[in-house]
Amino acid sequence: MSTSKKTVINNNKKLTSKSKDPVSLILRILVWCAAALTIMILFVIIGYILYKGIPNLSLDLFDLEYNTQNVSLMPALINTVIMTILSITIAVPLGIFSAIYLTEYARRGSRLVKIVRITAETLSGIPSIIYGLFGLLFFVTTLHWGFSMLAGGFTLSIMILPLIMRTTEEALHAVPDSYREGSYGLGAGKMRTVFTIVLPSATPGILAGVILAIGRIVGETAALIYTSGTVADIPDSLLSSGRTLSVHMYALSSEGLFMDKAYATAVVLIILVILLNRISSYTAGKISKS
Amino acid sequence: MLKKKEQFMRLIFLFSACTSIIAVFLICIFLFANGIPAMSKIGVFNFLLGKNWKPSNALFGILPMILGSIYVTAGAILIGVPIGVLTAMYLSLFCPKKLYRLIKPAIELLAGIPSVVYGFFGLVVLVPFIRNYIGGNGSVMLTASILLGMMILPTIINVSESAIRAVPSNYYEGGRALGASHERSAFFVILPAAKSGVFASIVLGVGRAIGETMAVIMVAGNQARMPKGLLKGVRTLTANIVIEMGYAADLHREALIATAVVLFIFILIINLSFSLLNRKSI
Repeated sequence: MSTSKKTVINNNKKLTSKSKDPVSLILRILVWCAAALTIMILFVIIGYILYKGIPNLSLDLFDLEYNTQNVSLMPALINTVIMTILSITIAVPLGIFSAIYLTEYARRGSRLVKIVRITAETLSGIPSIIYGLFGLLFFVTTLHWGFSMLAGGFTLSIMILPLIMRTTEEALHAVPDSYREGSYGLGAGKMRTVFTIVLPSATPGILAGVILAIGRIVGETAALIYTSGTVADIPDSLLSSGRTLSVHMYALSSEGLFMDKAYATAVVLIILVILLNRISSYTAGKISKS
Repeated sequence: MLKKKEQFMRLIFLFSACTSIIAVFLICIFLFANGIPAMSKIGVFNFLLGKNWKPSNALFGILPMILGSIYVTAGAILIGVPIGVLTAMYLSLFCPKKLYRLIKPAIELLAGIPSVVYGFFGLVVLVPFIRNYIGGNGSVMLTASILLGMMILPTIINVSESAIRAVPSNYYEGGRALGASHERSAFFVILPAAKSGVFASIVLGVGRAIGETMAVIMVAGNQARMPKGLLKGVRTLTANIVIEMGYAADLHREALIATAVVLFIFILIINLSFSLLNRKSI
């Protein structure tokens, strides 16, 4: 509905023809300037970091060993991958299952559904530093896990849970009811319908959400400083501390000793985020086409 | 056998759905249980309205940080909202379709840039710029506000844009039929009709700005004293937690958790007003 309305307003050349009235002119200029400024901000940030960072990219930045002479980002990169896998393995099943419950099983308007929605909304609004502090109080201190990848992973998985729930729910809603009816008509039970009919058709949407969540994990700092800690090595086990790329980046720039390395790390971080972003909208775009 | 399996899976789904309830519950319990005792030990008024934060002298007043957060956020809103709402107007009512396909992903990307990268950009570009051309030592309230203003742009643009798009097209047609130009109809008919959605976007922006941590720490100076002006350093609630949590012990540590409780309550109020505004706009 809304898209058809938009085409009416935008594509009718006669209707949107330039008016000579000064107020209209000023408004038009204002709108153009604001949009140009927004785009400029993005280009300046990315452009500046690429311009200063790419010359500083060197092979020894990707050494497996971190030491005071060579602040290699490789251990942090590996830790980021571990952290991502850990949080995704915890949050994705939980998020998908709870979305399945909300869309396929629960009665519409039941009290439980309302509470789940309210709490998920609350979770998505909580700033990451509060998650970090909660992780410190609960996983690190109360459960005695210490500063560890495990504590960081659990903290992040709570953080991305609402995102995965919401995107999965949207994806499940987009599956037409006729699919489900067809499956029931052939004699399949509820569970079989969900797993063999509904979930496969919702996969691209769910995947887009998961990739978006990975982007958040990669970029997260505040929730990790006091949960997974800042040790700059590859951890021996899930119960040892390790810093991810964003934490590494923060440490480098606050120490201020290796600014050129910080630029290079920022380049790696930004390229990762841009890649994840593109893949996510590519997969999401696939469903809207099909 | 099959029945049992169905029942079992149903229970698993139900349990998963409850995780977000459990998570919110645990977060509340742990924050409040660790923060409230400190507040009562220090005294609620001394804590919330005390002007001095000197943990070494057992002075725990967080008014400077509360004001710091509010000022920085207000600055971010002053900078981010006009640009954000105007950009949303452009995207929904002025932008040619081909250009839209290029700009929209760019704004999504702006939302995806990690806050530590924003902070780094602020540190190496904005801080020297402010120091050289405006004054102060660069790590000041103004810098933090500008940086946060940039960071909340995507939030404001996305929420406002969908609010503007949700206005029925006959509003616009009515405006045009009365002889108003395209721009006038957009600003004086459509925008007022999308008012509550635009307000919701601002509230969400406030939430983002007040909760932002890493970027602010890197550019705001972080002096724990009453904010003195646009060109003086300032410390926010979030910065207070991150900077001192690493070495704090006993009452100091509990006071930091109590700081988080205050922040958490701010966020809950903001969330609540957002969902109220959102309900209204639908």
